[in-house]
Amino acid sequence: MKLAIIAGPASVGKTAVVRQIIREFCTSWNPAYLKVDVVRAFEDEELREEFGIPTRKVYSGDLCPDHTGIMVLQDAISWAQNLGSGLLIVESAGLCLRCTPYTTQSFGIAVLSAVSGSNSPLKMAPMIAQADVAVVTKTDLVSQAEKEVFREYIKEVAPSIDIIETNAIQGTGMRYLMKALAACPDLTDATQIVLRGSPPLGVCTICVGKKDIGWQRHFGVIRPLEEADNIYRGD
Amino acid sequence: MYGTGRSLFMVGDQTSEITILPGANRRGEREGFDGITIHPGDTLSIVGPTGSGKSAFINDIEVLAQADTVTGRRILVNGAPPSDEMARDPSKKPIALITQSTRVIADLDVSRFLELHIEARKQTHIGDLVENTIALANEFTGEQITVTMSMTALSGGQTRALLIADAILIGRTPILLLDEVENAGIFKERVISCIKECKKTVIFVTHDPYLALSTDRRVVMSNGAVVKVLEPRERERATIERIAEIDDLLWDLRERIRSGDLIGDSGGVIEKEIGVPA
Repeated sequence: MKLAIIAGPASVGKTAVVRQIIREFCTSWNPAYLKVDVVRAFEDEELREEFGIPTRKVYSGDLCPDHTGIMVLQDAISWAQNLGSGLLIVESAGLCLRCTPYTTQSFGIAVLSAVSGSNSPLKMAPMIAQADVAVVTKTDLVSQAEKEVFREYIKEVAPSIDIIETNAIQGTGMRYLMKALAACPDLTDATQIVLRGSPPLGVCTICVGKKDIGWQRHFGVIRPLEEADNIYRGD
Repeated sequence: MYGTGRSLFMVGDQTSEITILPGANRRGEREGFDGITIHPGDTLSIVGPTGSGKSAFINDIEVLAQADTVTGRRILVNGAPPSDEMARDPSKKPIALITQSTRVIADLDVSRFLELHIEARKQTHIGDLVENTIALANEFTGEQITVTMSMTALSGGQTRALLIADAILIGRTPILLLDEVENAGIFKERVISCIKECKKTVIFVTHDPYLALSTDRRVVMSNGAVVKVLEPRERERATIERIAEIDDLLWDLRERIRSGDLIGDSGGVIEKEIGVPA
């Protein structure tokens, strides 16, 4: 079974990319799909109805959605393997863009939108740099010149990343994503899978529900405006 | 003006020949042509009612479709399927598509945007090229563009004028696809003469009679498919000259309306033409 992990900000077209992948491999790989989101998600129901494939969702609620994805990934792999699936697609919620949900033994897809502003690749650098491919959606809405400029910004973050430009609704350009995904090796041993990057330190008291603002009233990893680095303060 | 910049037109790859292989119409029936080959310097117009598939036709060319779009068409470059590199890296693609809805979203000013594009194209003489590109764009539009303007603040006409100039001078793109660009704020005659001067291949999607008649070939679309390819040669020559006069007349009228004239009582060109007594 192959594992594809899809990350990217909200509303860039992650699900449109997923839809194209499922359409392509629906019969050959019997794909399974897991959506991770915070409060509400509908993609699982839509895709199950449209393609008749097994889908699930998990709400992170009070936990960080990328952490949730990491927590449930081992279970999700077992679920898909037990269904005899040849491809498990995991779609992230697309929030802080700092956690990179990609793992070893998987195919990491970062989805960006060509209309999100030229600095956006710089703002989500870790998410792009650790992916296998960057899929740029909505390229039909911008000029040739702007596509090239956007590409330069992506290359600044990840000089050798494979960039795929697409109008994901129509599916143009997606043949290159399908080729790359088909060429990606199956996962070999799920118990050995680890994250490609370290998630940010998150052990502050905001994480556990303390609502005060200002570092003075928190413990754990904290930071003032004027200090460059995070500092640790015990209770 | 842009002075010695004109010699820049002739640099770059001018040899790309494009062939469009047939797909199917909306009923799934094969299109009625074997292949349309567009040679360097050719001009084509794509005509047909709204919704007939004109934009889809040039989008197929733009994405170098390989039976992976709704139409099922395939595009060959110089007689062969395009290399992956050409299809995927926009700076290697010999095609620039500019539409009436093409917007620039980049939060950059005009000079920075052009500089980045020049860097992406690995070109030198950045300062001159930025200046020449803006000067050429200003020949295409009546609203002056300056280096410090924000790209997102340009009007529709300014955006199109700048992107066409960019495609000619910075992208040095041999093939231009212009989708209904006549609709807002550019001097189409100046664009056409410049494109012909630099021996660019150009494909217009257009509802404009003058533009449609001034191209070498007309591709007629219906129900998602090409139904005719007309090659009028000299047969429409006399008509074009007359249409050009009418077009000038309408241009003049449009300008007068824009500037607040009352029409019909000034004894101007339009009044003489339509026989309004002075």
